[in-house]
Amino acid sequence: MTAVIEVQNLSKRYKDKKALDDVSLSLEPGAIYGLLGRNGAGKTTLMSILTAQNFETSGTVRVFGESPYENARVLSRICFVRESQKYPDDATPRHAFAAARLFFPHWDQVFADRLIAEFQVPLKQRIKKLSRGQLSAVGVIIGLASRAEITFFDEPYLGLDAVARQIFYDRLLEDYVEHPRTVILSSHLIDEVSNLIEKVIVIDNGRIILDEDTDAVRDRAVTVVGDAATVDDWAAGREVLHRETLGRVASVTVLGSLSAAERTELTASGLDLAPVSLQQLVVRLTQRADNPLKEEVH
Amino acid sequence: MIEEGKPLFLQIAEHIEDSILDGSLAEETQAPSTNELAAFYRINPATAAKGVAMLTDKGVLYKRRGIGMFVAAGAKDLLLGERRSAFADRYIDPLLAEARTLGLDASDIAALLVERAARTEGNPA
Repeated sequence: MTAVIEVQNLSKRYKDKKALDDVSLSLEPGAIYGLLGRNGAGKTTLMSILTAQNFETSGTVRVFGESPYENARVLSRICFVRESQKYPDDATPRHAFAAARLFFPHWDQVFADRLIAEFQVPLKQRIKKLSRGQLSAVGVIIGLASRAEITFFDEPYLGLDAVARQIFYDRLLEDYVEHPRTVILSSHLIDEVSNLIEKVIVIDNGRIILDEDTDAVRDRAVTVVGDAATVDDWAAGREVLHRETLGRVASVTVLGSLSAAERTELTASGLDLAPVSLQQLVVRLTQRADNPLKEEVH
Repeated sequence: MIEEGKPLFLQIAEHIEDSILDGSLAEETQAPSTNELAAFYRINPATAAKGVAMLTDKGVLYKRRGIGMFVAAGAKDLLLGERRSAFADRYIDPLLAEARTLGLDASDIAALLVERAARTEGNPA
């Protein structure tokens, strides 16, 4: 399959801070990607460069095989929903949707109208006066109804309550099924999106530390709980991501999946196994001072 | 409905298998489509497709061109055989491990089993 986005050795430096450090990625068409990482990890910088809203210091970026800068052929096919999108001072949501309709060739007005009703966006109020949640809803509606071939959502849920976020996730999945495209969803709410995303990219300190199928990640780590001495014996020589103790009981999270035989053996020696959620795995991985996972993954 | 730490496509496949085993999804009837599964479980359609593909490879589902996926004839027997051979590993071994901790031996367990079975039969759930 031809990649829709191809990034090679991309670095971005702000004065003396490296925002992106030798990032290489290849994104396939027709998949929902989760771009996960802590604040300041480089998620927004990466998306800004991919959408030609920022410049790389070094490296190459290809979107649909071309450089995205001042390239109308590329830019009309991508939509970037920014967390802090700026609108003209006197613009209303009606203006924003009208502009989006002109710009995006696959814009679906019926879908947009339905979303406007569902998110209860006041069309005639000035965007400056909208609540944080209403502002986010404007971005979400543009992102969904534009049906751009590549759509970036940069933490699109700020200020949206649980009900509105569920509407967003449901409409995204429904519409994605009908109109497959490439979606890159950056989020802190990992548990909420973990079932939506087919592939997961974790970025930390400007470097990619995980780039895999979400399903493959699901059994990449395991937590073993039981008598501290027995647990530590078992964990010796394995890569421990996290360890905590309560009295004589230890809980150790190790990297690597277990075979059925290993599981049986563990249970037989009186230890309990607990699964590690995507969120827990990402937290543990990004907590490590140095994360050498990349070498193991590739 | 969906648990952590186990590949989602396996869970989807198991849910479909459960429906076939309990008879709610009969042989030669249409199975839910990938998109229906994605919408119902709120998961990525590619993941749902992977679960369906696994069942197709196993011969549990088959495709009728232009219509959709159907439950194969003999699917229930196939799954029964598979689940029965996994039964001891999945249920008996953990039971024995817990019983050992509690100081119960095999004859204690057998007695308990007979007693409980009689109770549930007299008072079906």
